Amino acid sequence: MRNPFEGPKLFSPSFVDALRAYAPELLETRASGAGAVPEVPHGTTVAAVRFADGVAMGGDRRATEGMSIAQRDIEKVFPADDFSAVAIAGAAGPAIEMVRLFQTELEHYEKIEGFPLSLEGKANKLGQMVRSNLPLAMQGLVVVPLFCGYDARRQAGRIFRYDVTGGRWEDADFHATGSGGRDARGSLKKRWRADIDGDAAVEILVEALYDAADEDAATGGPDLVRGIFPVVATVTAQGYRRVPDDDLRKAAERLVAARQEGS
Amino acid sequence: MSVPFYVPPEQLTKEKAEFARKGIARGRPLIVLEYTGGILFVAENPSTHLHKVAELYDRIAFAAVGRFSEFENLRQAGVRLADIRGYAYGREDVTSRSIANAYSQTLGQIFVQEFKPYEVELCVAEVGIDGAPNAMYHIVFDGNVFDRKGFLAMGGQSDELNTELQRGYDENMELDAALQLAMRVLRQAAPAGETGARLEVAVLERDRPRRSFRRLSQEDVQSRAGEPAS
Repeated sequence: MRNPFEGPKLFSPSFVDALRAYAPELLETRASGAGAVPEVPHGTTVAAVRFADGVAMGGDRRATEGMSIAQRDIEKVFPADDFSAVAIAGAAGPAIEMVRLFQTELEHYEKIEGFPLSLEGKANKLGQMVRSNLPLAMQGLVVVPLFCGYDARRQAGRIFRYDVTGGRWEDADFHATGSGGRDARGSLKKRWRADIDGDAAVEILVEALYDAADEDAATGGPDLVRGIFPVVATVTAQGYRRVPDDDLRKAAERLVAARQEGS
Repeated sequence: MSVPFYVPPEQLTKEKAEFARKGIARGRPLIVLEYTGGILFVAENPSTHLHKVAELYDRIAFAAVGRFSEFENLRQAGVRLADIRGYAYGREDVTSRSIANAYSQTLGQIFVQEFKPYEVELCVAEVGIDGAPNAMYHIVFDGNVFDRKGFLAMGGQSDELNTELQRGYDENMELDAALQLAMRVLRQAAPAGETGARLEVAVLERDRPRRSFRRLSQEDVQSRAGEPAS
């Protein structure tokens, strides 16, 4: 690490640029040598839905390593800053590192400039990070985040999804990604309404993750025995808020009861 | 062949120090005060966007007086140092001591090597958690560092201000009382006709989780100052 007080002056509010200038060894992502990367933990299904006052985001708790379960209580939903959240699917190691870099990037910009990035700016920045992970993705370490936040200017929640090349698309209503993403999207399609409130949004997210776990072996359902529930958070004008486990337990129990009745 | 004039180092140092001191004394003052719930920063600052007080890291803030271009440069380098450290190691490994040390080294080097010394004085303050005491480092233009306790005034008329603060300071002050003391002391020292200067006010709050730095709005400052002294 070089001394940030010496050397050429840096005219950039970006933390990635600061790392490149003063500590490039912390940015190295290129996997060395050819050949496949050995089996590493993968995170699976994450989803986000927009509701009247903001957005809600959730993820199941399972990480898999090939055919076995690597972790039962991994977390895939994180606050990016006070008014946005990021969820990750794909190779867990690089994904969690990307989240940490993204969180620092947003905080760094805010401190250097004195005000936060726009939601659009945050979404673009995350896209650049996904793109810079492309060499690793080519070796099988794919990271695909889902980003959402409260846009203070539009006074609405917004959802952004990414592909492996850093391509960025906005989703008007909801989206889900990861191995169970398709099943979660199917569930959300039936349950989402434009006028739902925050509680309803949390409810349908829990249900979508349940449906994904039902169909996809790599997605974990609510674990009533161990007391492990999906991580769900909401972002509104009041900021990021993680939904307490107790509320999620109740939501999961209601859902299981409703399904038992139906069968 | 022309021979450069020899200037003895004592004289050179003295004149550089004199120059820096004069530059700093022309600026408006800034006060840092410890109160029961954290650390308070009050600066006379006509600008709403060019800050003299700013966040460095979770529990650490930066305050400066003097030439804006010079201390802004130092502030940004401090943010970079803190963020790179926190990213490379862990959030709790970023300390005010190491940042104050980096500032001291930098200012010391500039003072000795450059033609013109920086006309700035800095304070790096850290609010303690879990009963740990606060830290307040006062770093002056030649790189000297002073460990302060309780209060600190920098910039124009800092000697008078420090004497006044000494008289009014009480370590059991709440935020409102500390703010009122700082405002009273600044008003007393202000030159006649310039008593209504805009104040930039910020705090490091001990009980605030993670990022403890917060700016107080003008309305908040006025309402806190308007309350009778407790």
